[in-house]
Amino acid sequence: MRLMGKVGRWFDDRLQLGRPVMQTMAHPVPRQTASWFYVFGSAALTVFGLQVVTGILLAILYVPSAGEAWNILQVLNHQVPAGWFIRALHGWGSNFMLAIVLIHMVQVFLFGAYKFPRELTWIVGVLLLLMTLGMAFTGQVLRFDQDAYWGLGIGASIASRVPLLGPALVNLLLGGPIIAGATLSRFFALHVFVIPGLLIAFVGLHLLLVLKLGINEWPMPGRIVRRATYLEEYHELTRRDGIPFVPGAVWKDVIFSGFVLLSIVACAVVLGPFGPGGQPDPTIIQTAPHPDYFFLWLYALLSFLPPAAETPILLIGPAVGLAVLIALPFLAGEGEKSWKRRPIAVLTLLLAAVALGTLTHLGGYTPWSPVMDAWSGEPIPQQYLKGRTALERHGALVFQLKQCHNCHSLDGRGGERGPALDRVAVGLTQDQLIRQVVQGGGNMPAYGKNLSPAETTALVAFLETLRPAGQAPARNASQATILEPPP
Amino acid sequence: MSSSERPSRRGIFGVLLNAVAGVMLAVPILRYLFSPVARDRKPGYRAWVSLGSVEQFPAGQTRFATYRNPVVTPSDGDTASIACWVRNIDGKQFQIFAINCAHLGCPVRWFPQSNLFMCPCHGGAYYADGSRASGPPERGLFECRYKVDGGNLFIEAGDMPTPGAPGALASLSVRRPPCA
Repeated sequence: MRLMGKVGRWFDDRLQLGRPVMQTMAHPVPRQTASWFYVFGSAALTVFGLQVVTGILLAILYVPSAGEAWNILQVLNHQVPAGWFIRALHGWGSNFMLAIVLIHMVQVFLFGAYKFPRELTWIVGVLLLLMTLGMAFTGQVLRFDQDAYWGLGIGASIASRVPLLGPALVNLLLGGPIIAGATLSRFFALHVFVIPGLLIAFVGLHLLLVLKLGINEWPMPGRIVRRATYLEEYHELTRRDGIPFVPGAVWKDVIFSGFVLLSIVACAVVLGPFGPGGQPDPTIIQTAPHPDYFFLWLYALLSFLPPAAETPILLIGPAVGLAVLIALPFLAGEGEKSWKRRPIAVLTLLLAAVALGTLTHLGGYTPWSPVMDAWSGEPIPQQYLKGRTALERHGALVFQLKQCHNCHSLDGRGGERGPALDRVAVGLTQDQLIRQVVQGGGNMPAYGKNLSPAETTALVAFLETLRPAGQAPARNASQATILEPPP
Repeated sequence: MSSSERPSRRGIFGVLLNAVAGVMLAVPILRYLFSPVARDRKPGYRAWVSLGSVEQFPAGQTRFATYRNPVVTPSDGDTASIACWVRNIDGKQFQIFAINCAHLGCPVRWFPQSNLFMCPCHGGAYYADGSRASGPPERGLFECRYKVDGGNLFIEAGDMPTPGAPGALASLSVRRPPCA
């Protein structure tokens, strides 16, 4: 013991870090911030540490070569002892990190912590969010499978829409004119060197700011932030009712971080690593590319934007969103901190959460995509064939053979790109059905050239049977008036 | 530096020396970083690649074809294999469509039964001639230049088509992209 003390003193005589470190650890924080609401920042840092460690472990074996990466991931999953576990930890760690960063951001927003004097802390935090998203996207590319390959294609297609510079940006992004070896190695450099380096620097800055400015006090309704008086009030609060950060407040951070780490381990053990999916061979086109969970909302949004508005929204939207986040502490740097007195802030947050949640949910089952094998894999429900005429049954066959089922569901099976057709005859008359099939429209291709008159007749005869029992088919009232003069 | 207000000659010399070193480092670094943009000036970047005998593509049908990209690096692996759709219109005229959807580049699939190309990502659909049928794409499929030589069908290959309008930089270059 005495020897250790001696060695410690020897180092501290030279480093002279002991006192500042002790002072920092014991700095007073407002008593009420020793709360379970204040644990997310430290948890994000813990998960970041886990990502660094598992990332280095993976880099020991990973080869950033488009020809070999996928095979190496198979080796990691199946041959290297615990390789699958390290991959699973890194993959689940990534999801947890994004989730915790978002929760941290929501808490900071609701508690008004971005207000004076912590504007810069917030802005650095926004940049950290961007970098975390950047890590998630580049990491998804390093899991070099079909989703990664076509995801890069989506990224390149978006980049190409930038006016004037688009084609050059595509080449810069891909490292050449196609997605290939040079693409993977540059995403490797981004994921392993560039973005982590920036992350470490900005996390340091973020922490420094938290220490210099002090942790945000618990917001009280009616306690108004004013630039002139805030700093004095805050110091008075910590003097009057402060506790040392260590050990007063830190134990909740430690417990929560441990809980998060255990949760990641549990997910990794139970659910395993992510992929890799199919081989990144662009000649295998039997694939339905899908981004990772935290980009599903964007994937969904891209299918709903009207074609003409897509490019401007894609290019301007992120810039506006970023500008709003950065401007927030300047637009609302003073005033109420408590969410109980900030209804618009709460509603904005709810709106964003509902929008992102809905889009993510939709992105999970992609109702806008044709179900590519429904025409051969999903039979026509029996009740739609029983007691039908030969012509109507032939129409059902046309319905399958012409892949109508890929976009239109019957009895809940098949594609959801177009409307379900179980009740189509209630809404459309025979003439309207023929017109819709032949000319298309309303986001449906025209089938006029692909159907013989006999096929069209049969198909429409089948469609006319699609109505619930007891409901009358649609009729053209004016036609009826002309053809059947009133008695 | 001395305590006088004016920078000393030694100080100015030091700054100049570092500026020269900075430029000498920056120029090659920038050239290296931006080499993917400048690459299309190199010969062989775009080239005619055979898709095989014309007889593999019967008249009136649309068939799947693959080729190796004309420029390959050792780490490309399978990613240098590119797919496309070849439509033989009437035995003499062809259309070659890039595999990439004109919306966001996903691989479109041909359904001969309904004569449609469908995209699995966001549901874009195209007619047999590549024109837009429905969905989010703003335009038809990318059509690549082709030629028939000695009974073989050739595609001009070299870059992945993307939906952005050809920019100012592209219009400065001598040749249009092969698939547009």
